[in-house]
Amino acid sequence: MDFHQQLLQGIHNRQPRDIARAISIVENNLPGAGAILSSLDSDRVNQATILGVTGSPGVGKSTLTGALISFYRSQGKRVGIIAVDPSSPLTGGALLGDRIRMMGHALDRDVVVRSMATRGRLGGLCASAGAAVRILAASGCSPVIIETVGVGQSEMDIVRLADLTMMVMAPGMGDEIQAMKAGLLEVADILVVNKIDYPGAETLTMELESAVRENGRQNKRICQTRAIDNRGIEELAGAVDELDMQFRQNGERDRRKQVSLERETIEWCIDFLRPFLTDKLRKEQKNVSSDPRSVAQSLIKNLL
Amino acid sequence: MKKNDPFSKWQENELAKSLARFPERKEKFTNHGGKEITRLALPGEIDEAYLENSGFPGNFPFTRGVQPTMYRGRLWTMRQYAGFSSAAESNRRYRYLLEQGTTGLSVAFDLPTQIGYDSDDPMSMGEVGKVGVAIDSLRDMEVLFDHIPMDSVSTSMTINSPAIVLLAMYVAVAEKQGVPAEKLRGTIQNDILKEYVARGTYIFPPAPSLRLITNIFQWCGTHTPVFNTISISGYHIREAGSTAVQEVAFTLANGITYVQTALDAGLELDVFARRLAFFFNASSDLLEEVAKFRAARRLWARIMKERFKATKPSSFMLRFHTQTAGNTLTAQQIDNNIVRVTIQALAAVLGGTQSLHTNSRDEALSLPTEESVRTALRTQQILAHESGVASTVDPLAGSYFIENLTDSIEKEALELIEKIDKAGGVVAAIEEGFIQRQIENAAYEYQKEIESGERLIVGVNSFQVDEEKSASTLKVDPEIENVQVGNLSQLKETRDNNKVRESLNELDRAARSETNLFPYVLNAVKEYATLGEICNILRGVFGEYR
Amino acid sequence: MNTTHPPYRILIAKPGLDGHDRGAKFIARALRDDGFEVVYTGIRRTPEEIAAAAIQEDVAAIGLSSLSGAHMRLFPAVIEALKQAGCDDIPVLGGGVIPDDDIVGLKKAGIVQVFTPGTPLQDILDAFRNACRNNNPKGY
Repeated sequence: MDFHQQLLQGIHNRQPRDIARAISIVENNLPGAGAILSSLDSDRVNQATILGVTGSPGVGKSTLTGALISFYRSQGKRVGIIAVDPSSPLTGGALLGDRIRMMGHALDRDVVVRSMATRGRLGGLCASAGAAVRILAASGCSPVIIETVGVGQSEMDIVRLADLTMMVMAPGMGDEIQAMKAGLLEVADILVVNKIDYPGAETLTMELESAVRENGRQNKRICQTRAIDNRGIEELAGAVDELDMQFRQNGERDRRKQVSLERETIEWCIDFLRPFLTDKLRKEQKNVSSDPRSVAQSLIKNLL
Repeated sequence: MKKNDPFSKWQENELAKSLARFPERKEKFTNHGGKEITRLALPGEIDEAYLENSGFPGNFPFTRGVQPTMYRGRLWTMRQYAGFSSAAESNRRYRYLLEQGTTGLSVAFDLPTQIGYDSDDPMSMGEVGKVGVAIDSLRDMEVLFDHIPMDSVSTSMTINSPAIVLLAMYVAVAEKQGVPAEKLRGTIQNDILKEYVARGTYIFPPAPSLRLITNIFQWCGTHTPVFNTISISGYHIREAGSTAVQEVAFTLANGITYVQTALDAGLELDVFARRLAFFFNASSDLLEEVAKFRAARRLWARIMKERFKATKPSSFMLRFHTQTAGNTLTAQQIDNNIVRVTIQALAAVLGGTQSLHTNSRDEALSLPTEESVRTALRTQQILAHESGVASTVDPLAGSYFIENLTDSIEKEALELIEKIDKAGGVVAAIEEGFIQRQIENAAYEYQKEIESGERLIVGVNSFQVDEEKSASTLKVDPEIENVQVGNLSQLKETRDNNKVRESLNELDRAARSETNLFPYVLNAVKEYATLGEICNILRGVFGEYR
Repeated sequence: MNTTHPPYRILIAKPGLDGHDRGAKFIARALRDDGFEVVYTGIRRTPEEIAAAAIQEDVAAIGLSSLSGAHMRLFPAVIEALKQAGCDDIPVLGGGVIPDDDIVGLKKAGIVQVFTPGTPLQDILDAFRNACRNNNPKGY
């Protein structure tokens, strides 16, 4: 049995190190990445629920994720977490601190946490995070939670990998305005008001309710939590379950998956094309003129 | 000066009262040559601005000190933080320190004790007796204070999350020595909020932790009227890398939270406020540190008056302990640390501290040896008896530099406190990570300056020499862990386990209600329930903070 | 960008009960600023938790920090926990208030580098980079 087959078997058998190494291989695009991804247990991958968790720094996302993990574990579910943090654009380094809130589960082999940095690639992260999600799912995790910071473009891409997404907010952070500006209220299926014991929580909830009503999106859920002591978590998980069931039945899940897969496919295309295009460009033109757009057009034209 | 001016009034009232109660240490303070040293130097003209911002020592806003005569009346308490290994070892060190002229004890507990684990808990592995003394039950506490007169020695205990348990043990040991609780003097740190941001020895979430603190305030208010029930600590915030302004702001913000919690629980402000003590860091920036202490004193007085409407002078007074900055000690050329500590201790004295711990020169390498501890104590004694700074009150007042810096530290700290208020208070700011982030960023910038050589640290990034390191350092015998574990199992065989169980069940029931837990803890402690057993009951009810 | 090595992943952890994390956090941030991806576990972790996190995160090296004097028990315990999981090929580095006499013992127990107060930052960064470079896992 070669190394990659061993890894595949290890993933299937929930071996922590094989799972971790497989993710590194696809994240770094090393030889064997394709072999691993094409042979994952497709039943597990297709059945797993992928949950996106996003929100500004400080609203308590990691704490909420930690609370959700505890809840799902109490139901006997094996949970995967991909925690995404930004890379420094200057140095390429990253500080991945989301794990701190989840260390309570460190010895639980059925809680698989993987921290990932955005590594400065917009679409590319979507591809590698998507692959990581699939590896976790193939190891029997469901749900797989993708936790991302903030409202940036790369985070929105990751959210699109999810079957359903919750946006976490807290009173007094100006989140509602941010969220509406960024169109996140549109993307999120569940709006979570965390830290409900803080002043302003009720106002925030009411504002969200009216925003949702005005947009005619009765489908959206609004949940109130205090993640730090597990309050509201069971209700939140209930809402997730309900929506998940609904989306599976009415075809929404398939539709989203299709869109997301299409997107990821294109991103892989661009990823694969990049070295080839760079090479071609450098051969054909020593210096790119001041009009890159038309240079690109002619490059592609020649190619086709 | 005319009869009815503010200075004369101060002399007739506060000063006269103080002199009657605590006569000055000498009839006359003189220099070499016999010239008398003035008690309190004043500006040429005492105007409104002076009275509002400086005032007289012992008078609002206490910028110039909390007592009218300061060190002329009584020197600061020389209190050396000590404790390691077993209770018997530490007891020996305390008795040595008392023989050497230290005037107060300060107990360092090991980390398992500080986090409520017995020595035989798996979590305690490797930590037993390391940074302080291991206390598992009342039996250890009895040994710790053996032959130490608890009615005359004041004791400070660095214990926070399980403070209620250790204080109950202290009260119980005193009782066995025949010393009634109302005679006990000292301070219990009991400051949980800074643990979440700087020091890390938390057990329970903030809400039940604050309840325990309020329970202590309340019980001590009637039983130990002269014991300081909290030491609101900026020391560790500064050690974690904060700036001087952040140290003041976060400490006083924590103080505000404790006062508000106690008020919400129905306690009477002017009763508990006088038992609040503070604890600051003295770092090497001499002038900034002096200004910091003065600013903190004035800001707290104003907060107590304006925000909480306190009425008694004792409620306005910020009384504080100081420790020299451990993070400034270097492992290189360790004798240089004696010089650093001297500057820092001088800052504390010029800033009007009520008690002082001076670090030992070898603490960047290990626990201090007896000889190093003695030098550290001698540093204080030289300041007290040779330097002359104790002969007059607040000698740097009126310096343009010091007064400007005092003003700006107060202003910036207040702005930071207002920011925390806006974020929903300290607990919210901790949960959001605001305070931690501020400290972390300040620490990071400071360290980067050292790494880049922009900031010179003598012996570390400049003026280095080749040296053989660590001649004689003190090591804790790793056997202590086994000894403690052995003692524990012996204790569990000899105590009345039915009574222990009963007392723990009662504590469990009480914790689930709103009642004051102190009597229940005291009862359990007296039955020789262990620290870990008591804390586990509370963990079961309160949950654990992560 | 594709021609350079992807960032090395490091786990920085504080075993035991010591809560003084100023040094650990500084090293974590300095490593980030030097191009590493750094997973930080927070304070008060058991050796087993640290080993499990390092394995899940597939890090190339582990950095431990302890200032309470418990390093002689705790650092080797992390190596033991890695061994139990069959992953003791992950190099472990450590730092803190560590007397010279202890350094020999720690190295004998398998700690590849020991840092003490005053070790220049550049030496620490270099040590991590070397440890990662030398740890070239089989197969990739």
